[in-house]
Amino acid sequence: MFSFVGRRLASMLITLVLISLVGFALIELTPGSYLDLELQRLQSFGGVLNAEQIKTLETRYGVNDPIYSKYWKWISGVAHGDFGDSFEYHRPVGELIWGRLAYSFLLSGSTLLFAWLVAIPIGVYSATHRYTLPDYVVTIFQFAGIAIPDFLLALVLLVFAVRHLNADIGGLFSAAYVTAPWSWDKFVDLLSHLWIPVVVISASSTAWLTRVMRANLLDVLNMPYVQTARAKGLREFVVIWKHAVRNALHPLVMALGGVLPALISGEVIVAIVLNLPTVGPLYVNALLQKDMYLAITVLVVLAAALVIGNLLADLLLAVVDPRVRLE
Amino acid sequence: MATRTALRPLPSTASLVREDDVGQVSPWRLIWRRFRQNRLSMFGSLMLLALYLAVAFAEFVAPNAFDELDSEYPWAPPTPVRVTRLGLAFSPLISRLDSANFEFVFELDTEHPLPLRFFVRGYPYKLLGLFPADIHLVGVAAPTGAEKTPKFFLWGADRQGRDVFARVLHGGRVSLTVGVVSVAIATVLGSILGTASGYYGGWIDNLMQRAIELIQTFPTIPLWAALTAILPPDLPVTQRYIFITIILSFISWTGLARQVRGKVLSYRAADYTAAAQAAGASDLRIILTHLAPNSLSHIIVVAALAIPGTILGETALSFLGLGMLPPAVSWGVLIREAQQVQVILRYPWLLLPGVAVVLSVLCFSFLGDGLRDAADPYG
Amino acid sequence: MEETSADYIVSIQDLRVRFRTLLGISQAVDGVSLQIPRGKVLGVVGESGCGKSVTGLSILQIVPHRGEIESGRILFKESAEAASAELLAYDRYGPEMRAIRGNLISMIFQEPMTSLNPCYTIGDQVMEAVRLHSQDKTETKARALDILRKVEMPNPERILGTYPHQLSGGMRQRAMIAMALSCRPVLLIADEPTTALDVTTEAQILELMRQLQAEIGMSILFITHNMGVVAQMCDEVAVMYLGKVVEQASVDEIFYNPRHPYTISLLRSIPRVGGGQRGQLESIKGTVPDPYTRISGCPFHPRCPVCIEGVCDTVMPEVSQVSAADSHFVRCHLYA
Repeated sequence: MFSFVGRRLASMLITLVLISLVGFALIELTPGSYLDLELQRLQSFGGVLNAEQIKTLETRYGVNDPIYSKYWKWISGVAHGDFGDSFEYHRPVGELIWGRLAYSFLLSGSTLLFAWLVAIPIGVYSATHRYTLPDYVVTIFQFAGIAIPDFLLALVLLVFAVRHLNADIGGLFSAAYVTAPWSWDKFVDLLSHLWIPVVVISASSTAWLTRVMRANLLDVLNMPYVQTARAKGLREFVVIWKHAVRNALHPLVMALGGVLPALISGEVIVAIVLNLPTVGPLYVNALLQKDMYLAITVLVVLAAALVIGNLLADLLLAVVDPRVRLE
Repeated sequence: MATRTALRPLPSTASLVREDDVGQVSPWRLIWRRFRQNRLSMFGSLMLLALYLAVAFAEFVAPNAFDELDSEYPWAPPTPVRVTRLGLAFSPLISRLDSANFEFVFELDTEHPLPLRFFVRGYPYKLLGLFPADIHLVGVAAPTGAEKTPKFFLWGADRQGRDVFARVLHGGRVSLTVGVVSVAIATVLGSILGTASGYYGGWIDNLMQRAIELIQTFPTIPLWAALTAILPPDLPVTQRYIFITIILSFISWTGLARQVRGKVLSYRAADYTAAAQAAGASDLRIILTHLAPNSLSHIIVVAALAIPGTILGETALSFLGLGMLPPAVSWGVLIREAQQVQVILRYPWLLLPGVAVVLSVLCFSFLGDGLRDAADPYG
Repeated sequence: MEETSADYIVSIQDLRVRFRTLLGISQAVDGVSLQIPRGKVLGVVGESGCGKSVTGLSILQIVPHRGEIESGRILFKESAEAASAELLAYDRYGPEMRAIRGNLISMIFQEPMTSLNPCYTIGDQVMEAVRLHSQDKTETKARALDILRKVEMPNPERILGTYPHQLSGGMRQRAMIAMALSCRPVLLIADEPTTALDVTTEAQILELMRQLQAEIGMSILFITHNMGVVAQMCDEVAVMYLGKVVEQASVDEIFYNPRHPYTISLLRSIPRVGGGQRGQLESIKGTVPDPYTRISGCPFHPRCPVCIEGVCDTVMPEVSQVSAADSHFVRCHLYA
């Protein structure tokens, strides 16, 4: 078991380094550095810079350094927890990200939990009651969940809430609690705002998970060991939940790794619509402004989160499926 | 040993074989038959056909031009259509500038309904970009003596008085093709790479697997966003369209390559492959005659199922301002114009492009599902 | 096939089971009547698709979802003095059937790899069966060990904690048998239990089954397509074709005095070692027809080497008794 974890950690590290290289390459490919934008902006205010001032700026922003030294500067900083400065905000990137990252993880985690808690029972019910009315209703919801883009759903829900519920539901906190210190009330307020992003982001994942669960269970129900379980005289409920679902869960746990990217992707867009204090809006804005250190760090952090998530999913898989564990 | 029962002599074999003893239906016929039985997927396919036709002949179907600004009709609401003694008619909108709020107020002139006719002459255009024409499916029959023909907005107008219906049809040209084309590219790329990876194994396979894993470690939309941010903002529309298509296919090919590789691995281990190799067939021949036809149905299904994701991807990117940019029109660009809650509350028809997105994604999902059930009912 | 004189443990009377699928309706079991004699082994033989497995599954009412038991009766007499119970009258999910399954009537299946749940240890699965049907839960582990020893599992304590994928095919099948016999059933339905095993292991399992049968005194319904196994195991044999029983007799009668053309062809097509110069290997011409088509008259007539035109292709033959002494029955116009 430990060698299994050890090996995965090692490959994870390599992957992280590769990710950072890719991310760095992406930013370098972007035409027009932040410096150009900054200069444009200064000029639009009527400021004029002479050559020397421009040179100072260039050194400060490290614009003309060779690529590998730029990368090395950045990477060695990362090892010390220093992710460089954001050009736009003139603050260390680390400061900007950590708070938002916490909320991002909170959101993604809640969404994952919600999706699973909803998808499994519904998928099982759907598989065991094929061709009945509830099955068709569930199928319709599934298709709707997959077809409706999450930001559209967010917009619609937002409009609906403002119009009919008269609620102020943008963001994760009501205006009163945003800057307030943590308290039980603040926590309750958080929950009352959290459900909309969770429902919206999980919509497509839940729909997809339900279909996967239903399909898996249908496959498993055809397996001989289900027949053996029945032939033993077990109650149908036990046959389904103890013998069939346990086996159908296995591909679902494998799919866990596949759901995570979708969750993070979805969170990025929905956060913009709903004005959430997560990493998403920061990232998109950074891209639009070509703010290099901020954007690449966010991307790398997201990818790293996914890698860790995959590792956890693999560990969970080893717990669920003895065949994996004993290899 | 026992005594054998005496059997009568065997009659000749020929008379015992009947036509209906042996039945063969080619696998493609079977797939088509199963697909046809699935009403949902048939509905989806027909709906898609109608959508693509409407979008291809957008100028013909829309009564107004998509890019025609009209300062007299900003935020015009959708015009209701009624049946009167004149046939289908609509009450024209009269706009009035409210000098107190500085905004346009619209009233329906119910006294003077104007008839709608089919196949009317309207603004000139080029059918399919080639043939000059000016006939439109539906339009206003111009009343004589009017200085200006009142406009008919089936789905209302946007901030600059442009017809939303026409814009949705035009946007469909981008949104409906970007998905299909990028998946097509991804399929070709993924099939070739996946086959090479699965068939030859060794370091090719390893390299491919690492690359695919690396790409799939990035969350999809953020990666697409980062890639589109690389594009210079002043790129001409066509070039931007091409680049975005390529970018969208950039992640899809990995999923396809993995699927193809899996299939190729299992077929490669099959006995008939060994037999073909023993008979001296070249690698290419084995791939083309044995592996490809067997995987084809699977590849088609996976490709069809990937299309909804790419359509949603382009819509999302354009919504964020990172995909197609105005003056280009796509459904995502149109939804972007309706980003604020206040705007939607006052002018809800601006979200109608979203309906188009949902509809096309649904239909593609039905289609993909139907294909999968038809091609592999036990899978 | 028909009436009973001997004591039976299960009597199937005119059972009809059909499957509805997208491609049509398949009549899997088309009026089957069988007697399973108490304390003996009845073999049911036939090619794939002849309905023998479905017949076995119907006794326990665990026919797969798409199948429906249309009509017929299945009577179960637990002991010679007991009254017969109408099994099909019970609800398939009800407590009566569940009390019978695994307890009075057990079933073992063909593929030991996929017939055991890969997520639970052998011990878990055997103990589950024991615990389910016993009032006294304290001795569960001891009883599990006991039955594992009975099936000659090497090192039963260690086996309790292993998973199915860690065992060989023969050991998995032993585990299955252990699970099925843990509650000492009076009838064991064995659906091709050795088909997936190699010949040596097969011999061992068959020997084991014979031993246990003698020890526990249970009856066995042995479903197979292998005539060699039939010769080894069975006391009586029923031959099935396309959902009907075409011949039934004692094992000696079947082998030394077969009557139905299908049975004869089956026996002829077995290659024999040292059988002398024979010439060509004989086989039954044609293939088992599409299950969705109905064949008029005798179901075997398109492949029968002695088909009588005008009779066999129009009229379904009735069952007739061949010899009054041994209960040997045939369904064929030749003996009508």
